[in-house]
Amino acid sequence: MSTFRLEVVTPERTVLDQDVESVLLPAKGGQLGIWANHAPMIAALEIGVAQYGPKSGRKENLAVGGGFIEMDGTTLRVFANTAETAEEIDVMRAQEAKDRAEQRLQDMQSEWGHYRAEIALQKALTRLRAVGE
Amino acid sequence: MAESTRDIKRRMQSIDNTRQITKAMEMIAAAKLRRVQERVERSRPYLERLTDTLGRVVQAAKKEGDELPIMAQTREGSRRCLVVMTSDRGLAGGYNANILRQTDRYMRDYDDVQLILVGRKARDYYRRRGQNFLAEYVNLGDHITFRQAQEMSQVVEEFYANELFDQVDIVYNYFVNSVTQRVRVRPILPIPEPPEEAERTGPQPLYWFEPSFAGVLNTLVPQFVQTSLFQALLEASASEQGARMTAMRSATDNATEMIRDLTLSFNRARQDAITKEISEIVGGAEALQSR
Repeated sequence: MSTFRLEVVTPERTVLDQDVESVLLPAKGGQLGIWANHAPMIAALEIGVAQYGPKSGRKENLAVGGGFIEMDGTTLRVFANTAETAEEIDVMRAQEAKDRAEQRLQDMQSEWGHYRAEIALQKALTRLRAVGE
Repeated sequence: MAESTRDIKRRMQSIDNTRQITKAMEMIAAAKLRRVQERVERSRPYLERLTDTLGRVVQAAKKEGDELPIMAQTREGSRRCLVVMTSDRGLAGGYNANILRQTDRYMRDYDDVQLILVGRKARDYYRRRGQNFLAEYVNLGDHITFRQAQEMSQVVEEFYANELFDQVDIVYNYFVNSVTQRVRVRPILPIPEPPEEAERTGPQPLYWFEPSFAGVLNTLVPQFVQTSLFQALLEASASEQGARMTAMRSATDNATEMIRDLTLSFNRARQDAITKEISEIVGGAEALQSR
């Protein structure tokens, strides 16, 4: 099976740097699947769960907090605002963040606060989804 | 005999108190440095790769004849903005002085320079000299967050979009290691051109943009400005702790040396005093005998 390089970086750290066969990404326009030798592309990402690993068989989950990707044919660079693998996610913390964001959405009136709470909620839900809760 | 033993003792005591303080500050800086050093080193790859990617995108767009967003276009004018990164607190050796010297030189070299000041040291310095500045950021604390960089970047981008200036540079201390920090001036706007050699290597990939070229660049460019500021803030923060640790270490060493010298003088003074006392007693005894 042909593989390609997957690099996931955030402003804080390098999250992944390994060879994979297939990556599924939450792109702005919908799910985006990438295999080796994919045409060069740059795409914006939504907050969501990405999956990476072999073409068939178990894939690993990665919670991504938006960003964008660059595929140049041999390397897929994911520039994520935040990114955590399933093992790194603190389920308790994500659960608390979810509850807090939901509470805030109910209380909040201002549009900006609403927007921020919605993003926080999305991020928390994504993390929970990545660990399969 | 110049000084009494009591005076010397008092001076030694006072130097020792100072030494305890500098020693404590050195240890605090070392602990903080360990934390921030790890962060700065881990965060470097993102900006490096982002700069490469952005360079390739801008180049590809130029080849295709696509119009670049305002943030990536080079402008005619020569008005500049300099973001000056200093610390809130002093006692860090030449850390702030080097930055301020570089800033003064920058303002001599270019006619029209506006300042954005980070850290109390820069703000106080330019306020004292009656220099105007566009914005100030103080009390950022020891733990730099991405949010702080985002807020700064919003202001910079808004000024830039409203054409208050045509170019933006950052001046900060780049962290080499705990004893070496280097003053760097880095351009952030307009998006810097990719280096020449990158242009020649192989065929350029023709990118497909999702959702659109403009859509991608409109997220990419702010991301670049934010990350550049974030990275510089982290570098500056690590450099500050490194500089303070080194400065405090040499202060502690100097105090130790002074105490050693004073201990010698103290012993000599004490010896002199004893000798004098003995000779007085002996002199007194002889005087009694000879009567």
